[in-house]
Amino acid sequence: MKSKLNLLASAVVVCGALLLVWQAIIWIFKVPTYMLPTPWSVAATVAERLPDLWESLLISAEAAAGGLAASIVVGVLVAMVFARSAWIRRMLFPYTILLQTVPIVAIAPLILMWVGQGLLAVTLVAFIICLAPIIANTTQGLIGVDENLVQLFLMYGATPGQILWRLRLPHALPYLFVGVRISSGIAVIGAITGELFAGSGQVGRGGLGYSILYAMSQLQTDYLFALVMAATVLGFAFFFTVMFFEWLALHKWHESAGAGRSDA
Amino acid sequence: MSVPEVLLRNVTKRFAGAALPVLEEVSLTVQRGEFVSILGPSGCGKSTLLRLVAGLSEPGTGEIKVNGMTPKDARELVSFVFQEATLLPWRTVEKNVALALELEGRTREETRTTVQGLLELVGLAGVGGQYPRQLSGGMKMRVSLARALATRPRLLLMDEPFAALDEMTRDRMGEELLRLRQELGWTVLFVTHSVAEAVFLSSRVIVLAPHPGRVAHEVAVELPYPRTAEMRESEAFDSLVNHTSRLLREAHRR
Repeated sequence: MKSKLNLLASAVVVCGALLLVWQAIIWIFKVPTYMLPTPWSVAATVAERLPDLWESLLISAEAAAGGLAASIVVGVLVAMVFARSAWIRRMLFPYTILLQTVPIVAIAPLILMWVGQGLLAVTLVAFIICLAPIIANTTQGLIGVDENLVQLFLMYGATPGQILWRLRLPHALPYLFVGVRISSGIAVIGAITGELFAGSGQVGRGGLGYSILYAMSQLQTDYLFALVMAATVLGFAFFFTVMFFEWLALHKWHESAGAGRSDA
Repeated sequence: MSVPEVLLRNVTKRFAGAALPVLEEVSLTVQRGEFVSILGPSGCGKSTLLRLVAGLSEPGTGEIKVNGMTPKDARELVSFVFQEATLLPWRTVEKNVALALELEGRTREETRTTVQGLLELVGLAGVGGQYPRQLSGGMKMRVSLARALATRPRLLLMDEPFAALDEMTRDRMGEELLRLRQELGWTVLFVTHSVAEAVFLSSRVIVLAPHPGRVAHEVAVELPYPRTAEMRESEAFDSLVNHTSRLLREAHRR
């Protein structure tokens, strides 16, 4: 607990120092405010336009959460197929890597063409970039089960369904969470990227990505900064929400959680 | 004569791509109530032999019968204890012990009573709610043993179950295993590479020779049960250990 407080304190100190440097740059180099607004004016804009920011944040959050949730469902199902045989993995795994390497900004316009503007397109972009880490990690968890345990289950006459539900899936859970943790951050990036292309049906209203474009076109640099900060906050919120669920699901039994031993 | 608990007749097992078979022409009979140890250096096929009896693997040639049945049909009579405790980390001690009963679809009430009884039997009453990572190596092995006993087996197959434990814990687990056997009367087929452990526990020790694995010697251990910790210091025990060690060295050299 104490180390967590220390961590928080050092984060506050670093943040304060960065704000000072920011302000100093404006003073020393006399940067015009439409290029770089002062921390103070950004703060004022945040306060003033809080309802707008909140609305944009919620729109992006919806798309990111939808994409992440869909990627968990689909990713686990695909991993279950991959876990069936090494042959299937060899044949299909390269395509998972493709999913990860293809630049998302390159497919976003295609998705826009196929499904049109709006939430669905944005959610799809988030879904696509979340998928690979979930598939890769969950597959590893499903196939990494101790062979002796599989044989133990077989000796007890367990059905394939029982082996999946009582052995492979619980074993894969910590691995799944590693994947979801990675994907939680990129879900937000995916949603915002998607919104740059397919953000809104209405002028002036949309998620963070859309609003960033709009603010830029209006030269509202201080609001642009506020939006970038909101995007960062959203990323953090996603990451820590996943961490919380991970703790909830694993802290009692998983080795990584660290607990005292009692002796025989 | 009654049907032997375990019967192997001219069993040969070869893994794909290996020059020599792991087991060659192994014949072995274990009568009901015996405690037989399979002793040999690593690589002599002793674990393979155990897995064949458990029906986890098929012999190339030869015949294996457990209580007159094929190993697969005899599964309900048999429990297997691995070298590692192989517990499910996400389940409490209780739930680990209950695993087999749960897979069989027993009622919760019945399972609870059985599990409580088993935990008391192995000296773990009171830790039922803990998770495996909170337990020491010896305690984990007790849980593993309790889990194996949940199906009321008449034949226990044990693959170096105490090899990962420190010597003191190991000796104590051996003594407790014998005490439980006195009470529950299983036949045991026990794989080990420790001569002292084999002699202390068994009514008969089978010495395997490696490359290919085959039966080299048999030692009848004529020490009375129940066996006590003090017995380890007796002359009779010493001479049996020395005799068996000599046979093991000989088997290894050939």
